[in-house]
Amino acid sequence: MSDTPVIPEEPIQKARHPFVEAWEMFRRNHAAVVALAVLVLIILGAIFGPILYATDPFEMVWAPFSPPGVDGYLLGTDYLGRDMMAMVLNGARVSLLIGLAAAVVSVVIGVTVGALAGFYRGLVEEVLMRITEFFQVLPTLLFSMVVVALFKTSLPMITFAIGVVSWTAVARITRSEFLRIRELEYVTASRASGVKNLRLMFKVILPNALPPIIVQSALMVGSAILFEAGLSFLGLTDPNIVSWGQIIGSNRQYILDASFTVTIPGLAIFVTVLAISLVGDGLNDALNPKLRQR
Amino acid sequence: MSETENKPLLDVENLTVRFEVSRGGGWGKRSYLYAVDDVSFTVKRGETLAVVGESGSGKTTTALAVARLVPAYEGAVKVGGTDILGLEGEALRKARQRVQFIFQDPYSSLNPRQRAEAIVREPLDSLSTKSEAEKQEIVDRLFRAVGLRKEQQRLFPHQFSGGQRQRIGIARALATQPELIICDEPVSALDVAIQAQILNLLRRLQAEFGLTYLFISHDLGVVQHMCDSIAVMYMGKVVEHADRLSLFNNPLHPYTAALLSAVPSVDRARREATRRILIPGDPPDPVNMPKGCRFASRCPVAEARCRESAPDLRDVGGGHRVACHLVDERAVSPLAALT
Amino acid sequence: MTEPLLKVENLRIELKLRDGVAPVIDDLSFELMPGESLSFVGESGCGKSMTALAIMGLLPEGIGRIASGKLIFDGEDLTTASEARLRQIRGNEISMIFQEPMTSLNPVITVGEQIAEVLRTHQGLSRKAAWDQAAELLDAVRIPNPRSRVSDYPFQMSGGQRQRVMIAIALACKPKILIADEPTTALDVTVQAQIFDLLRDLRAQTGTSIIMITHDMGAVAEMAERMIVMYAGRKAEIGPVDQIIDHARHPYTQGLISCVPHIMSDLTETREELTEVPGIVPSLREFGRDQCLFASRCKYRSGECLQHRPPAKGFGNGQISDCWHAEAL
Repeated sequence: MSDTPVIPEEPIQKARHPFVEAWEMFRRNHAAVVALAVLVLIILGAIFGPILYATDPFEMVWAPFSPPGVDGYLLGTDYLGRDMMAMVLNGARVSLLIGLAAAVVSVVIGVTVGALAGFYRGLVEEVLMRITEFFQVLPTLLFSMVVVALFKTSLPMITFAIGVVSWTAVARITRSEFLRIRELEYVTASRASGVKNLRLMFKVILPNALPPIIVQSALMVGSAILFEAGLSFLGLTDPNIVSWGQIIGSNRQYILDASFTVTIPGLAIFVTVLAISLVGDGLNDALNPKLRQR
Repeated sequence: MSETENKPLLDVENLTVRFEVSRGGGWGKRSYLYAVDDVSFTVKRGETLAVVGESGSGKTTTALAVARLVPAYEGAVKVGGTDILGLEGEALRKARQRVQFIFQDPYSSLNPRQRAEAIVREPLDSLSTKSEAEKQEIVDRLFRAVGLRKEQQRLFPHQFSGGQRQRIGIARALATQPELIICDEPVSALDVAIQAQILNLLRRLQAEFGLTYLFISHDLGVVQHMCDSIAVMYMGKVVEHADRLSLFNNPLHPYTAALLSAVPSVDRARREATRRILIPGDPPDPVNMPKGCRFASRCPVAEARCRESAPDLRDVGGGHRVACHLVDERAVSPLAALT
Repeated sequence: MTEPLLKVENLRIELKLRDGVAPVIDDLSFELMPGESLSFVGESGCGKSMTALAIMGLLPEGIGRIASGKLIFDGEDLTTASEARLRQIRGNEISMIFQEPMTSLNPVITVGEQIAEVLRTHQGLSRKAAWDQAAELLDAVRIPNPRSRVSDYPFQMSGGQRQRVMIAIALACKPKILIADEPTTALDVTVQAQIFDLLRDLRAQTGTSIIMITHDMGAVAEMAERMIVMYAGRKAEIGPVDQIIDHARHPYTQGLISCVPHIMSDLTETREELTEVPGIVPSLREFGRDQCLFASRCKYRSGECLQHRPPAKGFGNGQISDCWHAEAL
């Protein structure tokens, strides 16, 4: 036995929050990263576009149906001679805003219902689940149409109408996560540490239930945008605002003659929702605990 | 000797825990599974009582019931004289300060989204009224006590090894300076080299802080090393309860003897000397328990009276309790006749 | 002088990491004689399960591969065998049983059918013949009422019984080698005793060689004739079980044996602290380095331990230890 050389002490790692690790995984999914970049561009376009390109979307600037690029208007003009570019940029704001806001409404309702049902079980769960099922089987488009038709067609009302029919998926996911997590040992450990119920639900269980909820929420933004497009297409929208669906709706009779008035906003919706879906997929893989190493 | 030293710290009386099992038609008679059936034992302050048994014995459920993490159906659990089963609200929280729990699986007993220091501090946040500074000081001391470094406080559970996570769990259990710590298979999920580290740590902490342990395990070697007395459980009942030397040198209940003989041994002499008692078959259906002794169907020396009536847990001398018709005050194992 | 049934030469198995490869098995060589019982001992991550998977040709696709070395089974090199040939061998000449009987058995197929399938695939038996044989096998593994249990589903059986079914499936085609990967870790100790007893008897009857993978030295002492102690992908020590337990020649083996509290026959009041092996096993990234991988945890550590991989030193009685200080221990 000779003199023992000093063992180099294990170097201390830097604290890595699980979300930081998730970002590392997300970064490796090329499709998702590209989609995220596209989404960021769209959002920036929606925020700054109408400021930089200051044309009023309702103003008639030229003759109707000017094809894209022909008369100096990059995206042409619609059936009333309004600047398509201005309409698309302003429409982006509305569509994205409604999409986001409706998703937020859905998530808030859904998480609350799901958390209470999954945590308390018993009668609370029964009642909440029956309510959830009721909303699940509602024909969503019809119901929101009714809501919008009965009340005024303002942005908040549209947001509410979309949000109130879409929360059931989030509720089910939240409940199922709560059912799973409440049985895990660290929840029991927190109970042994004296943590009270409300805190247990929202500070211990919920942060761990987030991954599938986040993924679902991301996807819901996409479907809310589509939903809004559908409502606008049917004319159930605030006539004083421009949204992508509304552009399609008002130009739909001219689809054969001046298809660009319909396909351009349609493309905008398509690209946005696709980007959101790919980001959602990327999030799913990144947050999936099975891929994390022990 | 003062009053408190004479009385045991933990006194479990007739503890029963049952779960409803819905079998057969929806409107049929309810049937129950008695996971813990009329169990009684005591633990003296500063000592370690090991509760051993195999799967289905009820040892983990007993531990959870004593810790008030699972509702008990009947019985009393007295900690320092106070029955904690009847407590609620503020009184229950005060009781939780005194009785803490170390869990088996280091991978699932720590909240993945909480930093190590927050995990250790959680009991202090909920159960004590100390200031932030005091709590931080306690957390620092606890980390040192379990052999972790201050710089590791900000890390997340997945950044630690299994053994280190278990140390965090131990630190958490010590946070409120409890008198009684219930250890539920604390080393079963760890590699053997790490097991030794954690067991030594637990013994050192017990000596340093005057802790009392209720130690649940299926590993008899670990139990032999750690405990002062042992209770052997089978199908929800305690079949034998004795101090360490008595139980290992003179096991009286046939199940205890079979259990000891089944443990594979590195020691060649012991292997050759021990007659392997193989108990055939499987335990009976826990929902439809046969009347009489629950071990009778697999016992090598069972007699007719064993199948007729269930034996009581009786003291056969020197505090050595056995639940077997064939054991009397002579304290001789009924299996001795077989060799 | 009989030929070894399995001869592993300089086996190196690489696992793909995010940034490069790691040798999860690093230059392993050993022999298995017909009818012999050999045990691989080590803690988690030492590579013992990988060796078994490599022999069966079941390394995780795309992630693990045999980088170099030979696996000579009955004269045939399995590293160069086709997938079709490996499928012929699996379940037939070399079988494996796993740790978790619940997940290794298909929950929606009867146990009889799972045994019969192996018989029909490898031995071409008819449905009826295979079914009858399945019942006989259940009897051989000591399941009571085999004729009626043959149509049971796994969930209707206890853990111990399911493990017996696994053994029945593994032994159905009378393989030359049975690999048991932690077969009793998930079972109660009394059930473990039954399973060991069963394996010992079956081995005596059929002459099958058994490779048992475990972390439990006690189990090794009960079941094996020779053992290989693995650490960080390398062989630390190999030799007859009794010799090694009597006098281990590698610090890790010594630590492994003495850190576990063993049941003593004559118990006294004295209780010593368990010998601790400080530190933790190295991560996969550190495998393969040209030094002794146990050095950071070893109390006999010296300069050369940190600079060069230790050589194998033999001790005449079949015991070989990979340690710079083997003689001094």
